[in-house]
Amino acid sequence: MLRKEKKMSKLQLITKGLIKENPTFVLMLGMCPTLGTTTSAINGLGMGVATMFVLTLSNIVISLVKNVIPGKVRIPAFIVIIASFVTVVQLVMQAYTPGLYATLGVFIPLIVVNCIILGRAEAFASKNGVLASAFDGIGIGLGFTCSLTLLGTVREMLGSGSIFGAKFIDGDGILLFVLAPGAFFALGYLLVLFNKLTAKLK
Amino acid sequence: MESTLKNMVLTLFVITLVASTAVGFVYKVTEGPIAASEVAKTSNALAQVLPAFDNDPSSEKQEVEQDGLPVIVYTAKSGDQIVGYAVETRTSKGFGGEIVLLVGFKPDGEIVKIETLKHSETPGLGDKIESKKSDFSVQFCGKNPADFKLLVKKDGGDVDAITASTISSRAFSDAVLRGYNALMTLTGGQINSVSGATSSAENPANESDDAQKGEENE
Amino acid sequence: MEYFVIIIGAIFVNNIVLSQFLGICPFLGVSNKVETSLGMGAAVTFVMAITAVVAYLLQYYVLVPLHIEYMQTIVFILVIAALVQMVEIILKKMSPALYQALGIFLPLITTNCAVLGIAILLVQKEFNMLESVVYSVSTALGFTLALVLFAGIRERLAMEDLPKAMKGVPIALITAGILAMAFMGFSGLV
Repeated sequence: MLRKEKKMSKLQLITKGLIKENPTFVLMLGMCPTLGTTTSAINGLGMGVATMFVLTLSNIVISLVKNVIPGKVRIPAFIVIIASFVTVVQLVMQAYTPGLYATLGVFIPLIVVNCIILGRAEAFASKNGVLASAFDGIGIGLGFTCSLTLLGTVREMLGSGSIFGAKFIDGDGILLFVLAPGAFFALGYLLVLFNKLTAKLK
Repeated sequence: MESTLKNMVLTLFVITLVASTAVGFVYKVTEGPIAASEVAKTSNALAQVLPAFDNDPSSEKQEVEQDGLPVIVYTAKSGDQIVGYAVETRTSKGFGGEIVLLVGFKPDGEIVKIETLKHSETPGLGDKIESKKSDFSVQFCGKNPADFKLLVKKDGGDVDAITASTISSRAFSDAVLRGYNALMTLTGGQINSVSGATSSAENPANESDDAQKGEENE
Repeated sequence: MEYFVIIIGAIFVNNIVLSQFLGICPFLGVSNKVETSLGMGAAVTFVMAITAVVAYLLQYYVLVPLHIEYMQTIVFILVIAALVQMVEIILKKMSPALYQALGIFLPLITTNCAVLGIAILLVQKEFNMLESVVYSVSTALGFTLALVLFAGIRERLAMEDLPKAMKGVPIALITAGILAMAFMGFSGLV
């Protein structure tokens, strides 16, 4: 698996995150923000971009310092690096997008414990070069952003009858989809759909 | 790389040092904009709920406690004339917990406008307390709690509750009433108890009373 | 009375998994057997209780006096990681059976967002020390309740004949959705 990844071209590194190694639909990682922040398309997009930013930068830094970190303290060192970038994102969002920061709430600091980021640090960045790690971060991040935006769009369409805030029906839509159970249902059925489609493609 | 105690401690120390320096730097850079956006948020909200004023209400604020919760009263002036009060009031009775409102009052206690500052009510239902989500909060505009009973109709008051969100509506009214009572206490008006339904509707003389008191204060 | 409200609120109304979406990974990962979910729940409860105390002390005796509240995320996650490591070592010595059962999931508590989430929420909600502990223990109990209920359902579900595309996580998510709906019935309770 790993050897195959090494041979991938830069383009493949980026596109693999969209379908083949989609963090949400295939790897099933980072479920908490996926379910918790996707009440609307714009929230999903915001969360996805914030995660992508942290993922790419932490991938770059980790692949830079991987050789000077003793094996046993690898994980704590990675966590410090990731947590620092998360704090940076937190501060920047608080300063320039206070509205989105308030909506995403506790899920911003929680990017630290998003399994995707530590997972990529362990599985990819700590074994590959800087450039490849950067592209891996962008690719997986893009996949995550797309999944979140998709889920957010579906929930917003069904739940509030709008897309990116633009109403297309009168009234409220099926409120359940904005509420907690709707997150589970929407993701569950999207997964079924995804499985069906990938099975057909094979 | 080989792990020895010395290099483990050293690497972690260096990484933490570099990381915290970097974060500290970003903090210094964003400190200003964060503070500015906080201030902008408050003054925007103040401008929303108050009649035209020319002082800086956030520098003239008083904090009081009303029925166990803090209430902040901002005084808006035009010249030396008090044109209104903005009251930041809260309740813990919301469906999703705390609701924080900013209620603009004219000196006689008439409500100008209400903005929801913070809430965690259910999206699509209780969040209609936000002025941009529904007209629920509009019904309070121009009403004076002295003769507008701040209880939902189900409880015998004058407030039209949001459909399927009685608890949120009840909590909203509770917060507004608490803010009104705090303001009246502060300006020397009649005190109503929040829990008891003793809205001053029973006491029609109240309104003019309040108005006079308001003037006395100026 | 106030503590009662916190307890009921944390276990049922704002159930951490089913309404706040924290700790979904172990919820989907460890919930195949009732027994393991109980073990996981116990481990999380233990870690959360300690985290609450430590987070409280750190926030009000270190971060606030030094004016470095913005370092919260970094400090909290490191302390939690260290705590989990400690619990792991202790458990290995004291109860090898439980250690065996929880296997790889114990280190995963570090990346269980419920634990870090709780630490951050405690500070946001401005709880005092006792409230913090009560809140986090009840939250952990809510987590355990959701996990055990879910495991019970999944034990039966495993024997059902499902369409291929629905097997595994998809049906688990849909089940969780129905469970979340049931828990919505508790809302407005406090």
